[in-house]
Amino acid sequence: MAEITKEQVERTADLIRLTISEEETELLTSQLNEFMKYADQLNELDTENVKPTTHGNDVKDVMRKDEPTKWITQEEALKNAPDQDSGQVRVPSILE
Amino acid sequence: MSLFDHSIKELEEKLHNKEITVQDLVDTSYNRIKEVDDQIQAFLTLNEENAQVQAKELDTDADKSKRLFGIPNGMKDNIMTKNLRTTAGSQMLKNFDEPLFNATVVEKLNEEKAVIIGKLNMDEFAMGSSNEKSSFQTTRNPWNTDYVPGGSSGGPAAAVASGQIKFALGSDTGGSIRQPAAFCGVVGMKPTYGLVSRFGLVAFASSMDQIGPITNTVEDNARVLEVIAGSDKMDMTTVNKDVPAYTEKLADGIKGLKIAVPKEYLGEGVAPEVKNAVMDALKVYESLGATWEEVSLPHSKYAVAAYYLLSSAEGSTALARYDGVRYGERSKNADNMIDMYKLSRSEGFGEEVKRRIMLGSITLSAGYHDTHFQKAQKVRTLIKRDFEDIFENYDVIIGPTTPTPAFKLGEKTENPLTMYMNDVLTIPVNLAGVPGISLPCGFSEEGLPLGLQIIGKHFDESTVYRAAHAYEQATDHHTKRPELGGEKE
Repeated sequence: MAEITKEQVERTADLIRLTISEEETELLTSQLNEFMKYADQLNELDTENVKPTTHGNDVKDVMRKDEPTKWITQEEALKNAPDQDSGQVRVPSILE
Repeated sequence: MSLFDHSIKELEEKLHNKEITVQDLVDTSYNRIKEVDDQIQAFLTLNEENAQVQAKELDTDADKSKRLFGIPNGMKDNIMTKNLRTTAGSQMLKNFDEPLFNATVVEKLNEEKAVIIGKLNMDEFAMGSSNEKSSFQTTRNPWNTDYVPGGSSGGPAAAVASGQIKFALGSDTGGSIRQPAAFCGVVGMKPTYGLVSRFGLVAFASSMDQIGPITNTVEDNARVLEVIAGSDKMDMTTVNKDVPAYTEKLADGIKGLKIAVPKEYLGEGVAPEVKNAVMDALKVYESLGATWEEVSLPHSKYAVAAYYLLSSAEGSTALARYDGVRYGERSKNADNMIDMYKLSRSEGFGEEVKRRIMLGSITLSAGYHDTHFQKAQKVRTLIKRDFEDIFENYDVIIGPTTPTPAFKLGEKTENPLTMYMNDVLTIPVNLAGVPGISLPCGFSEEGLPLGLQIIGKHFDESTVYRAAHAYEQATDHHTKRPELGGEKE
């Protein structure tokens, strides 16, 4: 597997909305590569005909009726908001 | 002697007979916290005002028959408590003072009138194995404060071990209940995935996270699990089964119990003193009428790699919700929306969390999804099958909880991979979804506790508890308490 590059680390950080310093980029690049090298051991295993496991048990497709219920009020929903105005969450401008 | 040296059952009886009051129990907690928590640093938030009001109400309550009635407890700080600060150990949630609802486990404890004393320290978003990754403080090991208490449920384990509360709830994604329980000399249970509702648990890796009790004894542990287990319409991964009365079967004995001992659990990397303690435990099991044989979990050595790929991938999506919009910290240094996201997340998340969500995001990206994420999911299947194969012929699997006793503060913070290797014996259990308990099985030369791990079949907590109880009652490790400054009452 090709090494993870600094550019890849920067691009990923941007996509997941993290600002990382030059120093952090360097450190992350080396640590991520070290881990991926360690993880290469998984390739020793033949998993050609193995199905992936996605959960800790076999429960799937649990259905319930889609009925509206009372949950929280608008006032409660805004209780922990960092900024609000006229009953709504306020955020910095999206458009330039 | 402290009141908390009595079992939960004994305390319930004393309350019933009016020998003690709930006020006495609540006072025992807060007095002990004032006495020792400066040293231990287990609590992040106290619930003292509410607990005092509740104590007075409960003492006038005619009906004291509820299970866990008046018993003081603490919650790991990733378990949501309505109007009581819940931080998950992160600066991102440092001002999250008014959560809007209780986790299902908290609702269940409230119904039984247990008293929540406060919220307990943890590695940030449960990503850590030593408590050194909490963004607030580092909890210390009560047996020696130069050592880590383990993690991520280090606060819960240390608080129970130092007699500050009677029980705690923690969460376990890769060992986060069992490893700190082992390091602190207490009993910690990671139940079968789907036994306990995760509703109101701050998500880390949702396919593995599970809430469980941390207590002084196996009986106490079983008693708490009886209360918090059960299906929940708010968590679609919970299984619709009756919760057995674990405590009623505890004393049934283990004659004929078939124990499997994986050779990988006593092999390379496992300290000789840990291995010896397990071998001694197996002798105790023989004397109680059980038999054991060596077996193999051939894929367990791949578990750490598979786990960190999967848990980081799941964690990266779970933590995408922290965007500074509806709750949590928002950076004051941003003047547009994108910068607000970026700065809020960069200021709010610590180094370990950033590293894991970076690893997870790369694992899920094109070019890595098939070769790493899906590969790890397939290896997870192989690990799960290892357990299924063994459980065709054996009742439980026994080994150590951790390869070594607790390590020193600062000893493993330099290299993340060294820290991750500490979870090598607990991680396979989460990948397979089976239950696992850690209970005290002796002490290291330096006087630090050692943990015995007992792993069971899916939803067979009954047998795990029965096996744990039999060993515990045949030994006296669980009666030992750490020497801390100050006289016990």
